[in-house]
Amino acid sequence: MTAAPAVKPLDPTKVRAEIPILHQEIRGNPLVYLDNAATTQKPAAVIDAVADFYRRDNANIHRGVHTLSQRATDAYEGARGRVRGFLGAAEDAEIVFVRGATEGINLVANSLGRSIGAGDEILISWMEHHSNIVPWQLLCERTGAVLKVAPIDDTGALILEEFEKLLSERTKVVAMVHQSNSLGTVNPVREITERAHAVGAKVLIDGAQATSHRAVDVREIGCDFYVTSAHKMFGPSGIGVLYGRRALLEEMPPWQGGGDMILTVTFEKTEYNELPHKFEAGTPHLSGPIGLAAAIDWIEALGLDAIAAHEDDLLRYGTEALSEIPGVTIVGTAPGKSSVLSFTMDGVHPHDIGTIVDQEGVAIRTGHHCTQPVMDRFGIPATARASFAAYNTREDVDALVRAVRKVAEVFA
Amino acid sequence: MSELRDLYQEVILDHGKNPRNFRVAEDANRLANGHNPLCGDKVRIYARTAEDGTIEDVAFQGAGCAISQASTSMMTQILKGKGEAEARELIARFVRLITDRAEPTDDELEALGKLAVFAGVREYPNRAKCATLGWHTVSAALDRADDPVSTE
Ligand SMILES: Cc1ncc(COP(=O)(O)O)c(C=O)c1O
Repeated sequence: MTAAPAVKPLDPTKVRAEIPILHQEIRGNPLVYLDNAATTQKPAAVIDAVADFYRRDNANIHRGVHTLSQRATDAYEGARGRVRGFLGAAEDAEIVFVRGATEGINLVANSLGRSIGAGDEILISWMEHHSNIVPWQLLCERTGAVLKVAPIDDTGALILEEFEKLLSERTKVVAMVHQSNSLGTVNPVREITERAHAVGAKVLIDGAQATSHRAVDVREIGCDFYVTSAHKMFGPSGIGVLYGRRALLEEMPPWQGGGDMILTVTFEKTEYNELPHKFEAGTPHLSGPIGLAAAIDWIEALGLDAIAAHEDDLLRYGTEALSEIPGVTIVGTAPGKSSVLSFTMDGVHPHDIGTIVDQEGVAIRTGHHCTQPVMDRFGIPATARASFAAYNTREDVDALVRAVRKVAEVFA
Repeated sequence: MSELRDLYQEVILDHGKNPRNFRVAEDANRLANGHNPLCGDKVRIYARTAEDGTIEDVAFQGAGCAISQASTSMMTQILKGKGEAEARELIARFVRLITDRAEPTDDELEALGKLAVFAGVREYPNRAKCATLGWHTVSAALDRADDPVSTE
């Protein structure tokens, strides 16, 4: 047997040291941050990149002839190139900066949506975040198209056969989450894309939860659109990415009008700017992409394979330890799941769990996690959810387990 | 742990686990539904009031965290037998306890009696809606509001 190329393992203590916010106390206990699926904390390098931009290079982009404007433009467009490489896209023009995954999905639903009509179908899954449900519902309301939902099984995995049965020539768009934020399920996005393409549907993958945990290559997946949010991958909030295949983006009409998205404007006719600027109306979040590029540098220095291996270890370790606590049920047990540990406790509402573990300095999320259909599917109002990132340690998991045991004590 | 005990006191845990007046009141003449969309907590309040407004019976159904269940449970016990004006005054006093920026005075706490245990919730502003859901809903029931109450 030839050994797989060795992955340089993470030193989580060293990684942790690079995240300033983690070094504080909450209610007298050291902060243990396990709400990474909601948003991640920022490495000093990202914070500095944003601060340095405002200290040194800030100017509006694509417009001025002065030096600062050139520097700001170079930094902003350089970040686009960085994102292109990170996602494996063919060209910078296929990377559109948006506010986040949500805005990316809305852009596609609105712009590609112009080609959708009555009787057409949009196919999503039962585990979608509300942001990959509601934009399509709005589109269906506007056009008379029909929303179809592929079911999940008791482990929280997509039932592929059912998904396939729902595909037909009527299916115009398949919109599917890459990694579920409430269950941790990782979808077979390449297979999904292949089958959707076989009936001529366009495919959008919601990668909000994926890009900080696993290497993503949009051309290997083969999808038409891919969205993600920088704040979920150690970058700033308010900035995200829509990847779209050039041929599609070319055909799609702009969805917002304004400065920067035009070439010439007269009152008779406006000529739109080339890609990707056609979709970036107005002054954008200038420092956002710069922070995102720094976050990508940070992720790549650690290595996504090393991050994945480290998080898988935490997930195994945490699942085992939590399962030993009487009354705890893990929600979401799909094979190959990643970085998310959702659970319930007999006789204890998740909000009470959340408050009690916060008292111990442990930050987790409780609620429906913007996936109400998932909660309904499992017949529960909410879960408590711990979610891991590269900087979490086994000690963090130990603190969580201690805190959950305390919950059990209080409610004994 | 001691601070935690401030919030999750025995009374609260007890009422959370075994809520009192947790039933459908068939002969209720006032009804309201409450919903906290943020956490999915739901409560339905049934009340029967006499001609003069005296609350003869109050009961509830619903699902939620220990804080919301306990506060609604204790509320039903305390409101029973109260006149409408007195009930409304107590409702306002309880909501003030949970949400007012100013520390409650000793007089206020005394007027709240057993309900003063919920002062611990003040430390957790993101739990205020849990503690007040039942109270806002009973208030709507007394108004005979037909629409579900939302704490949003
Ligand atoms: C799976 C998934 N999709 C989409 C989103 C929306 O991301 P944002 O709020 O950054 O637009 C989230 C965020 O929670 C998510 O977890």
